[in-house]
Amino acid sequence: MYKIVSAIFLAENIKKIEIEAPRIAKKRKAGQFVMIRVGESSERIPLTIADSDPEKGTISLIVQGMGKSTRELNCKAEGDSIHDIVGPLGTPSHIEKFGTAVSIGGGVGTAIAYPTAVALKEAGNYVITINGARSKELVILEPEMRAVSDEAYITTDDGSYGFHGFVTQKLQELLDSGKTIDYVLAIGPIPMMRAVAEVTRPYGIKTVVSLNPIMVDGTGMCGGCRVTVDNQTKFACVDGPEFDAHLVDFKNLSDRNKMYLPEERKSADLFAHKCNLNTLK
Amino acid sequence: MDAQHITTKERLAIPRQQMPSQDPVIRSHNFQEVNLGYTIEQAQREAQRCIQCKDPVCIKGCPVNIKIDQFIKLIADGNFLGAARKIKEDNVLPAICGRVCPQEDQCEKTCVLAKKYTPVAIGNLERFAADYERENGSVELPTVQPATGKKVAVIGSGPAGLSCANDLVQLGHAVTVFEALHELGGVLMYGIPEFRLPKEIVQAEIEGMKKLGVVFITNSVAGRSVTIDELLEEEGFDAIFIGVGAGLPWFMGIPGENLLGVYSANEFLTRVNLMKSYQFPDNDTPVFNCTGKNVAVFGGGNTAMDAVRTAKRLGAEHAYIVYRRSEAEMPARLEEVHHAKEEGIEFLMLMNPLEFVGNEEQWLTGAKCLRMELGEPDDSGRRRPVPIKGSEFILPVDMAIISIGNGSNPLIQQTTPDIEVSKRDTIVVDINTMATSKESVYAGGDIVTGGATVILAMGAGRTAAAAIHEKLMAAGE
Ligand SMILES: Cc1cc2nc3c(=O)[nH]c(=O)nc-3n(C[C@H](O)[C@H](O)[C@H](O)COP(=O)(O)OP(=O)(O)OC[C@H]3O[C@@H](n4cnc5c(N)ncnc54)[C@H](O)[C@@H]3O)c2cc1C
Ligand SMILES: Cc1cc2nc3c(=O)[nH]c(=O)nc-3n(C[C@H](O)[C@H](O)[C@H](O)COP(=O)(O)OP(=O)(O)OC[C@H]3O[C@@H](n4cnc5c(N)ncnc54)[C@H](O)[C@@H]3O)c2cc1C
Ligand code: SF4
Ligand code: SF4
Ligand code: FES
Repeated sequence: MYKIVSAIFLAENIKKIEIEAPRIAKKRKAGQFVMIRVGESSERIPLTIADSDPEKGTISLIVQGMGKSTRELNCKAEGDSIHDIVGPLGTPSHIEKFGTAVSIGGGVGTAIAYPTAVALKEAGNYVITINGARSKELVILEPEMRAVSDEAYITTDDGSYGFHGFVTQKLQELLDSGKTIDYVLAIGPIPMMRAVAEVTRPYGIKTVVSLNPIMVDGTGMCGGCRVTVDNQTKFACVDGPEFDAHLVDFKNLSDRNKMYLPEERKSADLFAHKCNLNTLK
Repeated sequence: MDAQHITTKERLAIPRQQMPSQDPVIRSHNFQEVNLGYTIEQAQREAQRCIQCKDPVCIKGCPVNIKIDQFIKLIADGNFLGAARKIKEDNVLPAICGRVCPQEDQCEKTCVLAKKYTPVAIGNLERFAADYERENGSVELPTVQPATGKKVAVIGSGPAGLSCANDLVQLGHAVTVFEALHELGGVLMYGIPEFRLPKEIVQAEIEGMKKLGVVFITNSVAGRSVTIDELLEEEGFDAIFIGVGAGLPWFMGIPGENLLGVYSANEFLTRVNLMKSYQFPDNDTPVFNCTGKNVAVFGGGNTAMDAVRTAKRLGAEHAYIVYRRSEAEMPARLEEVHHAKEEGIEFLMLMNPLEFVGNEEQWLTGAKCLRMELGEPDDSGRRRPVPIKGSEFILPVDMAIISIGNGSNPLIQQTTPDIEVSKRDTIVVDINTMATSKESVYAGGDIVTGGATVILAMGAGRTAAAAIHEKLMAAGE
């Protein structure tokens, strides 16, 4: 059992959970994730390590309530425990001094991009962050992002805060203004990552996305997480999760992620009876 | 019948005792064990069939050289606990090996009765003795030697790791097992299904080792959570045994393999066995709903048999084995093939998939296959399947499970470059000691051999334990 040291909502339905996991805290690098199992009958789900405190021996996860497993996790409070956590898994982000690096996060993708943005900054890049949300209440990690950015932009779909529009529009605006961009990292919903890839493709800018296929073990043993990259099959949990955006078959990924929709709905419905509104702020 | 006073002729006249099993129609809908085990009478009668050869050649067929003649005599004499203990001198997991060893290729193949009669059912008897001991609560904890002050790390809790840990702890070393998954037992837990190997038996063995003092740390991936070098240099381990198995599923590299409904056997079996998705939604992990569907498993080994019989139990209307050679070449245990047939599994032999086809939503709808015929023998002596021109057809299936074997997971090799590996990424060892090219690091089981058997993995774990012990004690002087 792994103890939850703190658990706070950052926005509606998005919670930051700090867990005791000293070995992971010591070893993890930007871009890596853990597999967790909330309880004894829970699924194993992957979550990015948003932050860690090696001294304290804790790691932080930022979780968006989607279906049963993430909502069950978001019901947990300080002092509770989770059953299993294993990591750090996945190949760490490839970090170097690219020059000007843009980190783009959509929704909870902002949390996944955050550690890599920090590492890009530490490597001496000029870091621009663009973080999108549907509306103002859903913006997360704004102060943290500003702290690591040379330029920070927030976009909202409804215009309630920051730039009115999508992250891709903001990116296009930067490119149109004649800015040289050497590297783009985009993490968020599949349509967003695909759209970013199309914006940067004509410019030949190296663009990396973090893929989110369905995983089981997270160690390369099952092949369930396979994605198609450059017409080859890759296991996202060991070969990734980060891949060259211009080579990813996003359609295959989004199709495969629909594999268990009826079952996911069923689990979520059953869970809703148990835990109602606790998942919300 | 008095065991002492029967003639060889009388022994040879006893028919091989059939293992009682659940009715095929009933069992193809449940996950309880298929085989029910010998009764005491059956076991003794089967034991009497053994003619107690002067030169018991059966022993040479067993990779760990169990004293087969002796344990069988103990059963014939009614000393069942004695038999169990005799087996355990050489095999620490007899209840498991008795169930899963490919006996027809090992001990029972070399039994002198095999040629003219039917071989003694050595595996069934081994299982009987081990079950008798466990079910009567008579398992004795072995004595542990005084502490040596040496620390050994075992990576992986499959049969190789467990047997290595078991021997080392008894020799007085402090043993810590690191396991990547949340559950201990390796393939015995996540691969081989409950209906063939009840998980309770595996867990009982592990509980015994915990009592002896083995420390188990789950959720710990060597190469990621901790590296081999860190274990040696920072955590003070004096030696390391790597028993991480062959856990990297191969795919066929044909079009359509990433359609929805195409699984590796590892994923399917892990979801069902480890994550218990047959109990969805009580357990959260879902798996393809096989009810009323057509499921094809590609391959002919034990894994393929386990996958296809699992799909049948989950309600598949048609459950096929599609294999590119003929039935005689299938590497699966004979008993599993026999059981699968009884359960209504359909065997499509000499057939090779070329492509998977799907619908608009990218769900699998069929496998385009080619029929084969047997040609000249290849390097392995098996007749090579050659395609029959123009024989393509589409086999309508809703789910496909690829079960063509596993490669080795390269995590440890990648993070420990001074461990020598073969072209196939398996770890290279000295087979007498299981020592790798790296000082104080040993390896055994599937990570060395590629996918093999439980008994070979166990034997390798024990060989390594002996070598580690010798090395550590020599160093201590
Ligand atoms: C490498 C990686 C890192 C991730 N990091 C984060 C993170 O930091 N924060 C966060 O909120 N989310 C993260 N996710 C996504 C998160 O794992 C899923 O939202 C979660 O598994 C959904 O489970 P559920 O039961 O709540 O929802 P469900 O209703 O079961 O599923 C909702 C959707 O989530 C996806 N999903 C379902 N099961 C799994 C599974 N076992 N593995 C992966 N995806 C699944 C599917 O696309 C599905 O349609 C990450 C995913 C990956 C692959
Ligand atoms: C479905 C199936 C059916 C089979 N049926 C039979 C049968 O009937 N008879 C038979 O004799 N053999 C059978 N086999 C083969 C047999 O199970 C294997 O040969 C045997 O289990 C190998 O043992 P092992 O200890 O080397 O590895 P495994 O049993 O594979 O155990 C390795 C363990 O190491 C863990 N691990 C992996 N990487 C790491 C890491 N980096 N850090 C920490 N831990 C790690 C794994 O999670 C696993 O628990 C079958 C195999 C399968 C898959
Ligand atoms: S361990 Fe396997 S090969 Fe050896 S005697 Fe037992 S069943 Fe036969
Ligand atoms: S070879 Fe067969 S008959 Fe002879 S001792 Fe072994 S089991 Fe008995
Ligand atoms: S999640 Fe199983 S191989 Fe990646």
